[in-house]
Amino acid sequence: MAAHLKKRVYEEFSKVVQIPHEETPAKKLRLSKPSKSAALHIDLCKATNSTDALQYLLQFARKPVEAESVEGVVRILLEHYYKVKSCGYFFSPFFKNRVDKSRIPSVLKKSQTANDDDSFFQETDNSVRLKIASLLGLLSKTQGFSPDCIVDDAINTLSNEKSHQVLAQLLETLLIIGTQLPESPALRLRLVEVAYKHLSDTYFGVRNKCLQLLGCLGMVDAPLGKENEGAGTSLGGLRDVQSIISDYFGDQDPRVRTAALKAMLQLHERGMKIHQIIYDQACRLLTDDYEQVRSAAVQMVWVLSQLYPESIVPIPSSNEEIRLVDDAFGKISHMVSDGSWMVRVQAAKTLGSMLQVSPHFLEQTLDKKLMSDLRRKRTAHERAKELFASGEFSSGRKWADDAPKEKLDTNTVNLIASGACGAFVHGLEDEMFEVRIAAVEALCQLARSSPSFAEKCLDFLVDMFNDEIEEVRLQSIHVLREISTHITLREDQLDTVLAVLEDSSRDIREALHELLCYTNVSTKECIQLALLELLKNLNKYPTDRNSVWKCLKFLGSRHPTLVLPLVPELLSTHPYFDTPEPDMDDPAYIAVLVLVFNAAKSCPTMPALFSDHTFRHYAYLRDSLSHLVPPLRLPGRKQVYGLDSVDSGPGSGSVESAQLFLQQSLNRVSTIQNLEAPGAQDLLDLTTRDLLRLGELQTELAGAADFCATYLRCQLLLMKALQEKLWNMAVPLCLKQNVTATAAAQQILEETYKLEFLYSGLESRQVATIHHVRLQAKALQLVLTARTRQGLDLLIGSCEKFLQDVESFQRLFLTELPHLQDSFVDKLLELMPRLSSCKPVELVKILQTTLRQSGLLQLRLPEQIHRATATIIEPTGESDNPLRFTSGLVVALDIDATLEHVQDPQNTVKVQVLYPDGQSHVIHPKPGDFRKPGPHRHRLITQVYLSHTAWTEPSQIEVRLLLAYSSSSTSLTSPSKLGWSESLESLPPAEAAVEGTIPFSKAVKVFIMPKPARR
Amino acid sequence: MPEIKVTPLGAGQDVGRSCILVSIGGKNIMLDCGMHMGYNDDRRFPDFSYITQNGRLTDFLDCLIISHFHLDHCGALPYMSEMVGYDGPIYMTHPTKAICPILLEDFRKITVDKKGETNFFTSQMIKDCMKKVIPLNLHQTVQVDDELEIKAYYAGHVLGAAMVHIKVGSESVVYTGDYNMTPDRHLGAAWIDKCRPDILISESTYATTIRDSKRCRERDFLKKVHESIERGGKVLIPVFALGRAQELCILLETFWERMNLKAPIYFSTGLTEKANHYYKLFITWTNQKIRKTFVQRNMFEFKHIKAFDRSYADNPGPMVVFATPGMLHAGQSLQIFKKWAGNEKNMVIMPGYCVQGTIGHKILNGQRKLEMEGRATLDVKLQVEYMSFSAHADAKGIMQLIRMAEPRNMLLVHGEAVKMEFLKGKIEQEFSIDCYMPANGETTTVTTNPSVPVDISLNLLKREMALGGPLPDPKKPRTMHGTLIMKENVSFMLVSSEQALKELGLNEHQLRFTCHVQLQDPHSDADTLHRIYTHLKSVLKGYTIQHLPDGTVIVESIVIKVSSSAEDSNTKVLLLSWSYQVKTWTLFLEGLPMQSKPGSSPNHLVIESLF
Repeated sequence: MAAHLKKRVYEEFSKVVQIPHEETPAKKLRLSKPSKSAALHIDLCKATNSTDALQYLLQFARKPVEAESVEGVVRILLEHYYKVKSCGYFFSPFFKNRVDKSRIPSVLKKSQTANDDDSFFQETDNSVRLKIASLLGLLSKTQGFSPDCIVDDAINTLSNEKSHQVLAQLLETLLIIGTQLPESPALRLRLVEVAYKHLSDTYFGVRNKCLQLLGCLGMVDAPLGKENEGAGTSLGGLRDVQSIISDYFGDQDPRVRTAALKAMLQLHERGMKIHQIIYDQACRLLTDDYEQVRSAAVQMVWVLSQLYPESIVPIPSSNEEIRLVDDAFGKISHMVSDGSWMVRVQAAKTLGSMLQVSPHFLEQTLDKKLMSDLRRKRTAHERAKELFASGEFSSGRKWADDAPKEKLDTNTVNLIASGACGAFVHGLEDEMFEVRIAAVEALCQLARSSPSFAEKCLDFLVDMFNDEIEEVRLQSIHVLREISTHITLREDQLDTVLAVLEDSSRDIREALHELLCYTNVSTKECIQLALLELLKNLNKYPTDRNSVWKCLKFLGSRHPTLVLPLVPELLSTHPYFDTPEPDMDDPAYIAVLVLVFNAAKSCPTMPALFSDHTFRHYAYLRDSLSHLVPPLRLPGRKQVYGLDSVDSGPGSGSVESAQLFLQQSLNRVSTIQNLEAPGAQDLLDLTTRDLLRLGELQTELAGAADFCATYLRCQLLLMKALQEKLWNMAVPLCLKQNVTATAAAQQILEETYKLEFLYSGLESRQVATIHHVRLQAKALQLVLTARTRQGLDLLIGSCEKFLQDVESFQRLFLTELPHLQDSFVDKLLELMPRLSSCKPVELVKILQTTLRQSGLLQLRLPEQIHRATATIIEPTGESDNPLRFTSGLVVALDIDATLEHVQDPQNTVKVQVLYPDGQSHVIHPKPGDFRKPGPHRHRLITQVYLSHTAWTEPSQIEVRLLLAYSSSSTSLTSPSKLGWSESLESLPPAEAAVEGTIPFSKAVKVFIMPKPARR
Repeated sequence: MPEIKVTPLGAGQDVGRSCILVSIGGKNIMLDCGMHMGYNDDRRFPDFSYITQNGRLTDFLDCLIISHFHLDHCGALPYMSEMVGYDGPIYMTHPTKAICPILLEDFRKITVDKKGETNFFTSQMIKDCMKKVIPLNLHQTVQVDDELEIKAYYAGHVLGAAMVHIKVGSESVVYTGDYNMTPDRHLGAAWIDKCRPDILISESTYATTIRDSKRCRERDFLKKVHESIERGGKVLIPVFALGRAQELCILLETFWERMNLKAPIYFSTGLTEKANHYYKLFITWTNQKIRKTFVQRNMFEFKHIKAFDRSYADNPGPMVVFATPGMLHAGQSLQIFKKWAGNEKNMVIMPGYCVQGTIGHKILNGQRKLEMEGRATLDVKLQVEYMSFSAHADAKGIMQLIRMAEPRNMLLVHGEAVKMEFLKGKIEQEFSIDCYMPANGETTTVTTNPSVPVDISLNLLKREMALGGPLPDPKKPRTMHGTLIMKENVSFMLVSSEQALKELGLNEHQLRFTCHVQLQDPHSDADTLHRIYTHLKSVLKGYTIQHLPDGTVIVESIVIKVSSSAEDSNTKVLLLSWSYQVKTWTLFLEGLPMQSKPGSSPNHLVIESLF
């Protein structure tokens, strides 16, 4: 054994010596900053024992290393690894000649092996070696450092290492190196060889790492054997990676078995085609004693079932054969009743993605044959279905209702589910909600691809509405919505579904409303039932109003023919008698009308059944709730019809024309060359008005139009502030004008923040434009300060600040500068050298002239601009009943709002409460209060606490939403964020971060009344 | 061969009076000590005289394990420990230990105070008996004595129900008690690891039943209650105090919470309150949902469920009342039933099975006119519903448990014989393991094949490891040399032969095999030997071959000597000697440049040892 080892050692060294590229890194080292590496070197020299050394290494690991000095550091580490410094005669020459240091490892080894291989020095403490090994790995991850130059050293250390832990760590390092250098097949081959060599280690960790290495680096394209032949490895075989890895499926250590499976999966991910032989082995591992192994095996079986779905496998103990995907499906289904819940989750998830499985097997997953005393029993589902079919309603009045029917043959009862039997039945009843959710999701995926299965799983999903955990209930409602295109609900099923409408959780109810929007029902009774339950819901939870109405809108438009026979009843019309006119403000009546009107849209015969007041109410609702009530062709109401057709026909063409108009307006504005040109102001004024109106008419372009309008308004303000006569007068004479100008500058600044933060979809160019306007406003401010205030120190300070602003502008928008030709900034930058050296007074003069001379910067519109908006749904602000509470205590106010196009609302949206005495509170809602019902849409449902001292009579407070911003956090300005530690140290803040808030919703008034406390 | 013996004293092909004796590895263990509900005489308790005619049980039993607090599993406990006499350890889980005395006390009260029986255990006896109890934690391995260890697993069924894994050496038995494989609203599902016991003793109450999903049952139940409440009716749910009652409470409580209902729910007071207290305490024994949310709110701190007072029954408006006992045969539930029976808006829900003769059974069978005592008749107008909420594993559940535990043998108890027969057949067919179903007093014997652990000295192991390849192949057994020492009271030791000799004080006897081979060679003896040496050296690479000055060549432990025969100096006699350790030795002397006489001597010589 020893001799064998010795031989290997010789072999390795002779190899190393032949490698010639050791000179180049030496030069690199000299070029590099010596700081880090030198410090480490000295530290390690100082270390007298291994504990010290370990401490130094740990300290060292906390700081990052620059890419250039990595190599030097690696050398030093290796040096320490071999304990060079401890042998004195080596030490001094190295210290004198630093260039040579990089060659130490190989040089050292040569000399030592030449002497005697037993006196091979290594750091004796395992933990130090381990740390060095892990540092090597860390270092090779450094960006900009190519680790190929340290590969050889790492491999060499590997072959001398005795400690298993250190070996494992070194292999890990190799793995990192290998993944850093994906482009070098030769290196890979070497690493794979190394992995082979150590596969037979007795320590599980080493075997694990080897397998990992094989998984990550094993050759994808060709079997390894061919390249191997020349190398003459110890294995010497012509075996490919897969069969070698699969040998370790039977390892004695479960961790190694898991690693083997994972390595195989890794190979698959890297694009290698896994052989079908693996299938049997993987299936055997499904019954392993250890859960990680089973879990990985489930994945493996799944991968194979996706690779070879159509191959045929025999069923053991019979001569039948089935498709592989079916077999795998059966086996994975079996795992749904595994002992470990992790495996169950894995299995349930996996089932969902096996779409090629035959329908026969798929349906078995929902099958559970019931029996009682060996008699066949029907499930509650079957009974419900039968009852429904027989026309009888309700059930369960009799005790013997579920009495067992026919006697079962004992031989046919299959107790232990073979294959897919009842997998989902088990999964949906599982103890852990994680498994249940996974099962629901899997059901969803499978049902979406198979309508017949969707039909079958309906009962089970509906049952899940009754789960004890809200998350599961919610998920199953969502799932049902997703597959609802395939299904039609039966009356009894609908009944169960509707029962959930009384749930106290708003999320559940809203999800259910959403579901009902997409549901198909079969009979008019169903419609009636749904309407009834929804009205009940409305009665119990009045806040659901909008959601219920919306739901009825879709319900009506989906089932016009089913609604038709119900109309007289719903509107309570009578053939002979006039019925009293219902209350128009009753939400329930509105709900009924929404249903009827939407049904009437595609059912022209329906309006004939309306009574007079219904038409009146239609006209009213069409106006007030136009998003819920569609335009109708009503007989004898030509006028309305005509108007409607205009309104209802905003096709795509009109959007285009609106876009065109927007563009033309902008072009028109761009003709203004000089701000002082006559008529320029009027033109700006007009255009701004046009744009605002356009935004109102064309909701698609509202964002863009508003954006442009605001921008133009800024320009207009600027223009007015710079009017000539203002500037020619002496300072004391124009105090009033000065005040307006200052106000204008302030307003422009505010507007620019709005422009920057309220709109989403801005590109860097628009941001530059906005910043440009801001710079102009600041210049204006500076000029005004110079005119009014006499304090020179103040002026100098503001000047410096302004110059800083200009610089940071230049830095941030370097790429955009070419677009800013002839603008204010352009001119400023030309004069920059002069500006920074001249006196403040001179600077102000220059600014003044540049400001006035600079032209209007043309605005280019990006593709999509959206304005962030918020609508407070709740409180409505209509209530006349004050919210009474004892002063000094708090009262909770429910707030429900929808936010559109707000990025990162969790951090930016605040609620502001304004009391009549001018006090205002800003409340940060919890992140959990935000929900995301759709893209670019958020929903804020939160509570704010109000409190105040006692009032004599009720008064109104205002509640509004604010959008908080901070100018330092613009995502556009720093597209690639630096690591936090570096950015904090190196970059001074670009400009003093301006933080502020923009109100972006209408204020809602709430009546409150704090009563004095009773003593 | 070692054997495990199992004898049910109760629950053998029967439900009730669970009491099973197990002898394993020289230890006697009693599993459960229950009473039979159906009898009021001596048959009520297990026949302890089976164990010993006279004398205390302590001498014959090593320990007693109680699986859960139902009376048919623990009802005879004070009788056995105090009246028959048993002082050994009694094991049960913490919740069982807490709740069990409440039930025993209740049972005693009914039997002694109400029925007026004498010669029954007293309250003091219950207390004394509980003092002997050692509590168990889940998955905690408890050493009963040096060899016997037990470990509890979660069983569902009721709060604190446990399955026990009993292990002596490498022999083991798992007793399930009652268990439930489907989780419910307040308990999780039974779970056991792959412990591969020799015998799995399982209950088989539902051996021939596969149940419908619990969700349908729950939904039906809630819907019925809800509808009735909405109509303004009153709902009566007769329950037994513990177990299912809590399940239904949780179910209704959460439903009320979810649906924001306001109607009151009442629970008849009494021992339930005490028990509920323990339910609040033993949160770790409940299911995932309750365990996860108890920090915010303990699910057993009911918001909507309040204590019932007799006078509430006449209150107007809807309400739900849980009342004991469960079969409407006496007590509060019957009183309330009488009050409410006349109104068709009201409803009674029977959540479990009703024994024949009780009012519960009558109304379930559709009787609408009941004769009460005093010849009065009661018109039953209220709705009668039946819902089964049982917490036993069904046939599929039992099979699932077998799959989890992978036992070598199966033994069914706690069920009806006919049903067991079916399940037995199924188990034997599906898992191809033996399945037994002994009747009461019938002993089942299972022979086991336990592995005997032997300590091996590290030196020996290392030495033998070094001889073979680098990694032992787990699939292939390896042979090794060593000496097994068996001493009294000391576990077996496998040591190297030298050490064994030393320990036993024996001298080593060398055993060597010799053989003579004749060769024709004209050279001198020394020359021949040298030639053999050089040849061997060239052929056998990787072996140590030494040429000693005294005229021998040693290849590892083989000694080769050459001497001329007396008659012919050309005929050399090659003496080979090897020790018995060298098992197989192949020597190639091929191509040895000898001037051999044709035919007389082989120039290709293969020597194999006798081993």
